[in-house]
Amino acid sequence: MTATDTGYIIHGMKGDWEVVMGLEVHAQVQSQAKLFSGAATAFGADPNTQVSLVDAAMPGMLPVINKECVAQAVRTGLGLNAQINPHSRFDRKNYFYPDLPQGYQISQFSDPIVGEGEIECEREDGSRFVVGIERLHLEQDAGKSIHDLDPNATYVDLNRSGVALMEIVSKPHIRTPDEASAYVAKLRAILRYLGTCGGDMEKGQLRADVNVSVCPVGGYAKFRETGDFKHLGTRCEIKNVNSLRFIRQAIEYEANRQVEIIEEGGKIDQETRLFDAGTGVTRSMRSKEDAHDYRYFPDPDLLPLILEEDFIAAIKASLPELPDEKRKRFVEELGLTDYDASVLVSDKDRADYFEAVLEGRDAKLAANWVNNELFGRLNKEGLSITQSPINPQQLGKIVELISKEVISGKIAKDLFEIVWEEGGDPEAIVEDRGMKQVTDTGAIEAVVDQLIADNPDQAAKVKDKPKTMGWFVGQVMKAMQGKANPQAVNDILTKKLLD
Amino acid sequence: MSVTTDEVRRIAKLARIAEPTARLEALTQELNGILDWVEQLGEVDVEGVEPMTTPVVTPLPMREDAITDGNVRDKVLKNAPNADAGFFVVPKSVE
Repeated sequence: MTATDTGYIIHGMKGDWEVVMGLEVHAQVQSQAKLFSGAATAFGADPNTQVSLVDAAMPGMLPVINKECVAQAVRTGLGLNAQINPHSRFDRKNYFYPDLPQGYQISQFSDPIVGEGEIECEREDGSRFVVGIERLHLEQDAGKSIHDLDPNATYVDLNRSGVALMEIVSKPHIRTPDEASAYVAKLRAILRYLGTCGGDMEKGQLRADVNVSVCPVGGYAKFRETGDFKHLGTRCEIKNVNSLRFIRQAIEYEANRQVEIIEEGGKIDQETRLFDAGTGVTRSMRSKEDAHDYRYFPDPDLLPLILEEDFIAAIKASLPELPDEKRKRFVEELGLTDYDASVLVSDKDRADYFEAVLEGRDAKLAANWVNNELFGRLNKEGLSITQSPINPQQLGKIVELISKEVISGKIAKDLFEIVWEEGGDPEAIVEDRGMKQVTDTGAIEAVVDQLIADNPDQAAKVKDKPKTMGWFVGQVMKAMQGKANPQAVNDILTKKLLD
Repeated sequence: MSVTTDEVRRIAKLARIAEPTARLEALTQELNGILDWVEQLGEVDVEGVEPMTTPVVTPLPMREDAITDGNVRDKVLKNAPNADAGFFVVPKSVE
């Protein structure tokens, strides 16, 4: 794919530039206990209550790996269509910071647990693109430094220290701000389907570092052809961007900043930058020349991680249906449109909700009600699907009442409102409030006859202008409080006015 | 392989060891002696041999995913030079 195809080109003063991005996503592994200790991982506990002596790096304490965290990494690797490495190991990444009591982070440097893979992502316009995965490795999270509790001191909470993270590194296959957020959204969906990461960006369960570089148009195609990074520009890494919107903003700012520097005859320094969400700009984080000298070496406290074939096979056999497979099934077996299916599978909670509504009911109707009526209403109220006042069983019943022609589509909208506001069993509401559709042709005929008798001129006009029959449809519906079966009304009017 | 005094100073700094200015020269010679001695291993032909990071052949011990530890804040904070409201308190470290 060329820059022209993606449409994201920065028109500088001296020429056109394309943008190339790779992302490093840190995903917190969903587990009860930490990667190398038995302390809890739950969010929001009192400071330093979920810290063992291992996490606090007390002398003589030894790490013992959590088997489930290993399984979660393998599960994720399989979900990313990636190579699982039966032999991997842990290294120490050395640096000093108050929230890192060990003085090093246990990570995987040269031999990660998961190798190359790829995922298919979806742009805003519905078109799809593939992003290569470079690797996934397991590592420890650091603690949390709080700088605003005291003007002269930093407060440190080690609850997060030692929690397992998966660092997922993409290849530089991302070309626009929209693609970057689409990639993170897809990654998040896969992780949530797999149950390997909660994916809540506000809680820091998913954090993205974005590598951005710019090159003259055509450079990327040469890079893809040859694999030679010299065709790409020097990259800057924007650390810890914590929302999809900020990812897009940070990239736009950073790419334009780089173009400006290059066109003014300057040079991009490979550096780490921070995105300031308040001002929308990125700024240089630290220029300490030693900052990146991590002096990795194999952790002598941990033996190599050898995965048995059976262990990997068992995880593979228990993988849940992932978003792409689900979308395919929705299209092929349920007859949904690709668009409807994509919207439904984009988030696990949505897909689960839809499948609970479905329960053997009319799939297209169910998809329409979930995607349009329900999501429309939820968006309007700023609610997420898990906060919906209407549960899937209730919505399922509404769908069923429509497909069994007990109520009309129009009445169904009123019923939806009642259930949204008041709750209750849709079937009972329809019964109690007399909302049932009238399919009794005799009753409809009586209304039609009366209308024709009262409006002879209108009735005569219909023969010349069949479209004016719409007026009668409206009047019948009005007279019957919208409960008449629209098809029956049409049939009877056609018979009486046109035959 | 050998190191210069500048490199030794830098390594000391990275390891947060007070820069031993007076001993720097001697330390450099000492380290180079060690490096020279280890260099003898270079004579062994390791073509096609996987790097060995441990001589231990038992599998990596693993534990189940269960909460068995933590809730020892007093112990964790006991040796901290300064603590407040359950936090460690350290000199301001904002970048």
